[in-house]
Amino acid sequence: MSSALKLTDLKKSFGPAKIIQGVSLDIAEGERHAIIGPNGAGKSTLFNLISGRFRPTSGSVHLKGELISNRKPYQINRMGLSRSFQVSNIFTNMSVRENVRCGLLHSMGYGYNFWRNIGGLSGVSEKTAQILEDVGLIDKANMPAALLPYADQRTLEIAITIAGGAEVILLDEPTAGMSHSETDRAVALIEQASRGKTLVIVEHDMGVVFNLADRISVLVYGEIIATGTPEEIRGDPRVREAYLGEEALPEVEGVPA
Amino acid sequence: MTSSYVDLAPSRAEKFRQRVLPFILLAALLVVIPLLGPSRSTLTLLNHMGITIVFALSYNMLLGRAGMLSFGHAVYMGLGGYFCVHVMNWIAAGTGVWGVVPIFAMPAFGFGAGALAGAVIGWPSCRRAGTPFAMISLGVAELVAAAGFMFDSLFGGEMGISADRMGGREFLGLSLGPLDDVYWFIAFWTFIGVLGTWAFTRTPLGKLSEATRDNPERVEFVGFDPQRVRYLVFIAAGAFAGMAGGMSAVQDEIFTPENLSLIPSGAILIAAYVGGVRYFAGPILGAIVMTYMGSNLSDYTAGWLLYLGLMFVGMVMFVPNGFAGIIHDTWVAIRDGRLAEVWKIWLKRSVGLILIAVSVITMVEVAFRWSDGYGEVFEPFGLHLSHQNPITWALAVIPFVVGILLVRKAAKEAKA
Amino acid sequence: METLVFALLNGVIYGLLLFMLSSGLTLIFSMMGVLNFAHASFYMLGAYFAYTVMGISNFWIALILAPILVGGIGMVVERYGLRQVHARGHVAELLFTFGLAYLIDEVVKIIWGRTAVDYQVPAALDFPLFTLYGAQYPAYRIFILVVAIFMLVALWYLLKKTRAGLIIQAALSHPHMVGHLGHNVPAIFMAVFGAGCALAALAGVIGGNYFITDPAMAVQMGPIVFVVVVVGGLGSLEGAFIAAMLIGLLQTSAISINASLADIFGFLGLSPDSEVGEITIASMGPMLPFLLLVVVLMVRPRGLMGDREV
Repeated sequence: MSSALKLTDLKKSFGPAKIIQGVSLDIAEGERHAIIGPNGAGKSTLFNLISGRFRPTSGSVHLKGELISNRKPYQINRMGLSRSFQVSNIFTNMSVRENVRCGLLHSMGYGYNFWRNIGGLSGVSEKTAQILEDVGLIDKANMPAALLPYADQRTLEIAITIAGGAEVILLDEPTAGMSHSETDRAVALIEQASRGKTLVIVEHDMGVVFNLADRISVLVYGEIIATGTPEEIRGDPRVREAYLGEEALPEVEGVPA
Repeated sequence: MTSSYVDLAPSRAEKFRQRVLPFILLAALLVVIPLLGPSRSTLTLLNHMGITIVFALSYNMLLGRAGMLSFGHAVYMGLGGYFCVHVMNWIAAGTGVWGVVPIFAMPAFGFGAGALAGAVIGWPSCRRAGTPFAMISLGVAELVAAAGFMFDSLFGGEMGISADRMGGREFLGLSLGPLDDVYWFIAFWTFIGVLGTWAFTRTPLGKLSEATRDNPERVEFVGFDPQRVRYLVFIAAGAFAGMAGGMSAVQDEIFTPENLSLIPSGAILIAAYVGGVRYFAGPILGAIVMTYMGSNLSDYTAGWLLYLGLMFVGMVMFVPNGFAGIIHDTWVAIRDGRLAEVWKIWLKRSVGLILIAVSVITMVEVAFRWSDGYGEVFEPFGLHLSHQNPITWALAVIPFVVGILLVRKAAKEAKA
Repeated sequence: METLVFALLNGVIYGLLLFMLSSGLTLIFSMMGVLNFAHASFYMLGAYFAYTVMGISNFWIALILAPILVGGIGMVVERYGLRQVHARGHVAELLFTFGLAYLIDEVVKIIWGRTAVDYQVPAALDFPLFTLYGAQYPAYRIFILVVAIFMLVALWYLLKKTRAGLIIQAALSHPHMVGHLGHNVPAIFMAVFGAGCALAALAGVIGGNYFITDPAMAVQMGPIVFVVVVVGGLGSLEGAFIAAMLIGLLQTSAISINASLADIFGFLGLSPDSEVGEITIASMGPMLPFLLLVVVLMVRPRGLMGDREV
């Protein structure tokens, strides 16, 4: 399998603080890769580096073989990488439907178009409706996004992220703050949406991680201390020591310990 | 999948009611007005309203839709208008192609000139958003206004440049000489302007501008450059402002450097905001009210600009959605059948506001007559309110206090 | 030579006045994120208050009383106006101060009339201090210089050497952190807003009789002060100082240069009879700050000393 996302000795410092200290990672096409680590390990910073929100201090990021670490976020998005945010980052004054529509406009080829009626764009309305149906927000399509309940806002965040049909999807703690049943639904949605795509996910819920991921990387103090299959990670003594302390990793259905 | 799509989109009837009907009504209104036989001064007022409506709508493409606060939007109307005044003079000279261009087409020329001005000036100004953008728009406006006083052949110095709207050939049977003709001209272009600015909100770029207002960062991560979005919207707003300039060039037949200055820029900001920038119709309302007040209230009182300022500050503080917001909320309350529970609150609020207005008007009217020193006295309804009269002081203080108490009580009840 | 020396002196004085205005604006902006559109209106109020106070008592009392009064008004405005709209973001705040500027302009016109008032230099300072190249130099200008420098030193001392200054400096760089340290941030905001307005008023007291005290003075000064703040870099006092001096010197020296554009660009074939060639540097004076603004924004969008993108 060829590489979808390749980080090479990526480093980022803010002043004297070295947040990311040389991360190298190769994520294959179609892989579901989870990044775990304690708070403050630099997981969100890593996402910000990959998606172009921050410029790396040194090192490089390649998307499907092309260098992207010198590009702007919107260029990276157009090359097929889409991300979600840890804090819901939606268009609050627009309706749910309009939110999703913004997410897919560019991929449908309607750039900064100002001569077409948005309601009459072939395919856009159908695709919007389909995505809303898939994520289960169709009933709330015409609600202002700001009035959505929290869990639905998180779902909308994911919907905007996947709307453009990007091949590489980065999700930053998609289930944070959700109840059990909401988490289950979100996981099912992520599973479905990432089918045939490359998924990189930052998550605190170990159940979600071990359920979803093909491979897991453990980030501690800006360095990846281990990468491997869920079984390998569970068995890795360094991971237990550095990240999990004395706690045992949870037993998860379907994943033999 | 397709079945859910049908559920989502508004029905045919809804579409007609929300998108077609308002424009039919607007067109009907524009056609009916001259049948009522308005006087010359009314016609002039109506023409100015039309111009201000288009200008305010173009301004709201920036403030309401894209979240860009500009203090220099009159620059684009002014440059568009100046260009049209020059074109009208070329037409009058009748050389070359200009001989066949009808004056009726002026707003289209203004549209082009405004877009060009927006494209040139917007290039450095749209690199920043928020407060820096506002400051830059102010600086640029000052620069252009100062240049206006410097290049006489382009801007005509303090006297400005005038033109003759009857210089061209007739178009649609309109010589544009009599005011009636000018009314039809303005009505036509007002309709085009309203339709055009509304259509813009329905385009992908129009929607993206709203997205950029709400969350510029997220726009970047769905594949768009917010800076580019703002720049394109800025050009479009400049174009429609230029269109208003073209309308004004024909109506008033003169443009002066004053038209480029901060004063008309501030006025259109106030008009759009007071009308309600969150609603498409808000700036239309604001333009109508402001134009009416500007031409009528200024005859009654020297303090009208102060009232305007007070109203503006009051609305920024307490009614951020403007007139359109008030109308919308009222309509929603009536529609949902909550009239029975809210009418008492509304009554208290209205009485309170009227009382406050009485005392403010008393204070202002008495104060500026007093400071004028001509010994003039404010005499409403046969009352003799001089600054020594205790009734004056009572009128200034008591309604104010009672009014504030009433409004606060209403606000408390509305919250509960 | 003599024009140069005079232009330099006048430029420094004008620059210091500009800094007095822009320092308050910068302090308010960096702490609260509010660009106070009405700042120059407080400058105008300072001049008018001084004129009225001077009519009752004398200039020295006005010099102290007017800034205090205006500072008080500023605090009231912050407490009962600005704080109301704060939650709705910076555009709402900017709109509020814009409306306020409008209001103050109109109130001034109603109270003091539409024409300039006769606010004069106090008799005690109305004499030529020294003679330079045969021209007399008025003492009042040197007085402005002294007051401005005194203000500069006081501000520096306040910010660098006192506890209040430390808190303000902390709030400049980390506005959200100060609240966590247990300081009453709203009270600090109110005080800083009041102090900023008082500084503007002080500039009005000593500038109003140097220039002219009329209802247009706010509209004329306001945009230039914004230019100073933006060119210097939003939120940087040092930047504001440099930009103020730069614009002060630029504008006053431009006025004293009689050369036309044709004299300068004649080698490019610009004819002295053409419209562009005829323009003198002096007549371009009022445009220069805005030209500088556009150039700086093209070359260095964050301003001369700005360290944060806003």
